[in-house]
Amino acid sequence: MSTADIEARTEMQALSGSASEHMISQAEPADFFALLKPGVMRLVVFTALVGLVSAAATTGSAQLGPLTAAIALLCIAVGGGAAGALNMWYEADVDQLMKRTAKRPIPAGRVSRHEALAFGLILSVFSVMILGLVSNWLAAGLLAFTIFFYAVIYTMWLKRSTQQNIVIGGAAGAFPPVVAWAAMTGSVGIEPIVLFLIIFMWTPPHFWALALFACQDYERAGIPMMPVVSGDLYTRNQILLYTIALTPVALAPWFLGFGGLTYGILAAGLSVGFLWHAVKVYRDKAASDKNRAAKRMFGYSIVYLFALFGVLLAEAIYKLVV
Amino acid sequence: MENHELNNTDDLDEGLELTAADKKRRRKRSIAIAFSLIFLVVLFYLLTILKFGPEIMNKPL
Repeated sequence: MSTADIEARTEMQALSGSASEHMISQAEPADFFALLKPGVMRLVVFTALVGLVSAAATTGSAQLGPLTAAIALLCIAVGGGAAGALNMWYEADVDQLMKRTAKRPIPAGRVSRHEALAFGLILSVFSVMILGLVSNWLAAGLLAFTIFFYAVIYTMWLKRSTQQNIVIGGAAGAFPPVVAWAAMTGSVGIEPIVLFLIIFMWTPPHFWALALFACQDYERAGIPMMPVVSGDLYTRNQILLYTIALTPVALAPWFLGFGGLTYGILAAGLSVGFLWHAVKVYRDKAASDKNRAAKRMFGYSIVYLFALFGVLLAEAIYKLVV
Repeated sequence: MENHELNNTDDLDEGLELTAADKKRRRKRSIAIAFSLIFLVVLFYLLTILKFGPEIMNKPL
C-alpha cells in the first residue's frame, strides 16, 4: 500500500467519525448477535411466550396457530433485539467508560456505530412489518411503540436525564407479553396489563440492586442512577418500597383468576423471599462485604420473575392440554 | 492527496489490502447474510401459504 493510499484511508476513517471505524468491517456474525443483547432477549422471549400461551388458554379465542404463533414470537424477539442494537448504537460513548459494557462490540471496535444503526433499523422495520402480516396491526403497532420507547424515550432521553430513568424506562421491558397477547387475540384486556405491571414494578428493585454494586461504573459514565444521585440509603429505601408494592401485583393473576392456586401459593412464597432480600439490602446500610446483600437480591430477582412467569406458563399449557 | 480524491472509489479500492483475518471475517458475514436471506424466503413462503389457508386448494382450474 502506498503512502498516498494510507493517507486516503486514514482520511476516510477520520471522516467517518472515529478512529475505530474501519473502512473494512471487523465484525463477525457473533458481534451482530451480541448487538441484540441476548440476555435481555431471553426475558423478552420468555415473557412473550407466556403472553401468547396465557392468551390462548384464558380467552379461548386464539387467532394464531402454532406456526404463526412461533413466527410472532420470533418477531417480538427480533424487535426487542433491534431496540437493543439501537441502544448500543446511541450508548457507545458511555459503554466504553463502564467495565460491564466496555467489551460490547462497538466500544471494543469490532462493529462501527453506522453498522449498528443500520442493523437496528432494518431489524425494527422487518420485525414490525412481519408481525403485522402474521398477526394483526395492533400487535405490530405495540411492538413499534416498544422499540421507539426503548430506543428514544429511555435511551436518548430518560437514561441520562433523570434518576427515575429505569422506573419509566422499565415500561419498554414490560411490553412483550402485551404485544404477544395482542398478537394472539387481536385485543388487550386486563390480564396482559397485569403481566405488564408485574415486570414494570419488578424492574426498579432489580436494576437498583445492580446499581448499588455497579455505582462507580455509572458515576464514571455520568449516568444519573439513583445511588449516584441520591445515595445508597435512599436507594435501599426505594428498593424496599417498590418490592412491597410489587407483592400485591404479583398476586393479581391469582385474584383475577387467570393464575391458579399453584400460582397463588408460589407467587406468595416467592414474594416473601423477594421481600426478605429487600429487607436485607435495606438493613445492609454500611454496604458490608462489597454489597453482598444487593448482589444476592439481584440474582434472586431474575429467578423470581422467571419463576412467576414459568408457573403461569405451566398452568396455561395445562389448561390448553386438559 | 491531489491524486486521491475521496470520492474516487477506484483509487481507494486499489489501496485496500485485505488481510487473511479480514477475508475470513468477510466470508463469515457473507455466509450469515446468505442464511438470513434463505430464512426470509422460507418465512415469507410459509406465511403466504398459512395466510391463504385451505382455501388455496379451492381455486377454480
